[in-house]
Amino acid sequence: MKVSEIIDQLGLKVISGEKGLDREVSGAYVSDLLSDVMGNAREGQIWITLQVHQNVMAIASLKDMAAVILVKGLQANENTIHHSDEEQIPILSSSLSTYEITGKLYALLNKQ
Amino acid sequence: MELNFSIEGGDFTQAGQASSRVKKVLKQLGVDPKCIKSIVIALYEAEVNVVAHAHRGQIRIQIEKDKIITIIEDEGPGIPDIALAMQEGFSTASKKVREMGFGAGMGLPNIKKNTNELQIDSVVGESTTVKMVNYF
Repeated sequence: MKVSEIIDQLGLKVISGEKGLDREVSGAYVSDLLSDVMGNAREGQIWITLQVHQNVMAIASLKDMAAVILVKGLQANENTIHHSDEEQIPILSSSLSTYEITGKLYALLNKQ
Repeated sequence: MELNFSIEGGDFTQAGQASSRVKKVLKQLGVDPKCIKSIVIALYEAEVNVVAHAHRGQIRIQIEKDKIITIIEDEGPGIPDIALAMQEGFSTASKKVREMGFGAGMGLPNIKKNTNELQIDSVVGESTTVKMVNYF
């Protein structure tokens, strides 16, 4: 499933990185500990987090992740947005909590 | 091939510059993607350690036919007990660093897991030198 289809299905808002909306999603990883994501996330996954600083994009890019979903309507920092556009990895926003959006994404990806 | 980078302590915008560059170079050289992933994880963690703990640091990377040698040398507080620092969950990171999602005591264990050879030497109050070797 592509990032753009997930946006439609889950009603997510695109904050940045529009050029990466065609990226293929292989799964997801949920964590707010950056070293945990660095060590354990996999290529093509969507990363769900509440961290909004630019190191999130450094990691998403180094790990070749498909997109980042920020929970609870959190706003990304300006340099995070800049980095997302540069790397063409979308930052998406959900008004839901981590628990709710993760559950919905899990159900959606497992329906395939 | 040799690559050199400087890092200023406390400047989190710089974390990832060396690992990002090395990732691109190794890709161009056609190194096994699994191997690149490991090197990138270890190098990123090492960069974050300098930013989070030291005053400044130098990274020297040597890419040879069959391996990559990375030496990270910093000026900083040093590590009094390296064995303790290697333990998963042990951290001396500041509150600010922890709030960013770093400082969970996973950095050095991540480096250990993702390198073939790892050597850490430290002089308390002066410096820490980390040498990592990954074979392609």
